Amino acid sequence: MTTLYTSDHEWLRIEGDVATIGITDYAQSQLGDVVFVELPKVGRSLKKAEAAAVVESVKAASDVYAPITGEVVEVNEALAAEPALVNSDAGGKAWFFKLKIADKSELGGLMDEAAYAAHTA
Amino acid sequence: MLASDNSPLKQTPLHALHLARGARMVPFAGYDMPVQYTAGVLKEHLHTRSHAGLFDVSHMGQLALRPRSGKVADAALALEKLVPQDILGIAPGRQRYAQFTNQDGGLLDDLMVANFGDHLFVVVNAACKDEDEAHLRAHLSDACEIVSLADRALIALQGPKAESALAKLCADAVAMKFMDAGPRRVDGVDCFVSRSGYTGEDGFEISVPSDKAEALATALLDNPDVLPIGLGARDSLRLEAGLCLYGHDIDTTTTPVEGALEWSVQKVRRNGGARAGGFQGADKILAQLTQGASRRRAGLRPDGRAPVREGAVLFADATAAEPIGKVTSGGFGPSLNAPVAMGYLPTSLAAIGTTVFAEVRGQRLPLKVVAMPFVANTYKR
Repeated sequence: MTTLYTSDHEWLRIEGDVATIGITDYAQSQLGDVVFVELPKVGRSLKKAEAAAVVESVKAASDVYAPITGEVVEVNEALAAEPALVNSDAGGKAWFFKLKIADKSELGGLMDEAAYAAHTA
Repeated sequence: MLASDNSPLKQTPLHALHLARGARMVPFAGYDMPVQYTAGVLKEHLHTRSHAGLFDVSHMGQLALRPRSGKVADAALALEKLVPQDILGIAPGRQRYAQFTNQDGGLLDDLMVANFGDHLFVVVNAACKDEDEAHLRAHLSDACEIVSLADRALIALQGPKAESALAKLCADAVAMKFMDAGPRRVDGVDCFVSRSGYTGEDGFEISVPSDKAEALATALLDNPDVLPIGLGARDSLRLEAGLCLYGHDIDTTTTPVEGALEWSVQKVRRNGGARAGGFQGADKILAQLTQGASRRRAGLRPDGRAPVREGAVLFADATAAEPIGKVTSGGFGPSLNAPVAMGYLPTSLAAIGTTVFAEVRGQRLPLKVVAMPFVANTYKR
């Protein structure tokens, strides 16, 4: 299992041909208290860089972009009931959605943990 | 309104204190201001409602209007040329909410006016303060000396524990009622204290000489009931309280009647009153006070949890093509644990209980028109 990162502060956990996607702890700390998460519909085809989800703090709404192209196969319904999970466990329980990876070569453009740490340093 | 140019940001006398307490700073009205501290907007909001919050509002404009005649009534009558409020009727030691109007009945700014016995003390919005001062100088210079009190900071202390926190430094605070205002000694310093604020909570605003501001703020923050609160929570608090943010909910295109601020226009300035009219835009505003206006600011509660924010376009139903209005303030109300908004609607659709729709990311979300404030205020009357 590999974890990759985008410069927009999303993480992807790759298991076979499915990527689980969330936002990083750094991202949640910048957003502040999350009060609402809007997730894509299961079955939706997302293009890389397309707005896929919305995360709202008290103060502002922020888009979450699809880091790669793929079809949404599952979304985290727990976030609807408890959006604050994004603040308490951004890298774990607060995953947003799972994508069936359309083109594995797109993963090559993403950062590993060390590169992401340097990006946010 | 945010500063749109690249001129260096100004700092308030509490700037170092903000940085020392871990504030995240943002540009606001030309100042480098704290949007939140380490607790975050949600906790800061709830702490203010349950205990007390300290807000740096030193970016706002403070002015003294000193009557050349020596009679405060002359300053009051002069100011009545610019606002639709009864200024002459503000008793010594009292304060009142007012608006500067323009020739079209729109609003140039909203402000607080206090009668300090021998002069008027005025607090205006940061983004408008230069224009407001020029406006006062242009119209009131014959009657008043207009003194900019730029050497004073302004600290708001808000919440149910505000009284006990301030009482430790100013025993006189306890006897003050909502909208009492005047000079008071606070921690040995000559201040101006009013029992008011902009959160819907009981509380105080304390005008203090700049060089004494940090010591006073620190003394108040030494009380474990008091946390520093940033502009983020100030905005969610005032929104829950149903209070207008100038430049958003009211501006030069909205009249006091459209803005649902009729309560702030006293009878003596209305048709049939002893000093009816005589302010800019009076024809339009007085007519609207009698006949109503075609649109009105209304409180809106979105169904569900998705915030509906400023700029969202409003529709009468889920499919109508023609917009009927716009959201002017909207976000999440931490005390309600639900989204809240306000916006302008045709008066026919502004009745409480009406359902309207806002377009958010291509979807029509239903909102219910509700009475404001969204959260009951706790003023000490």
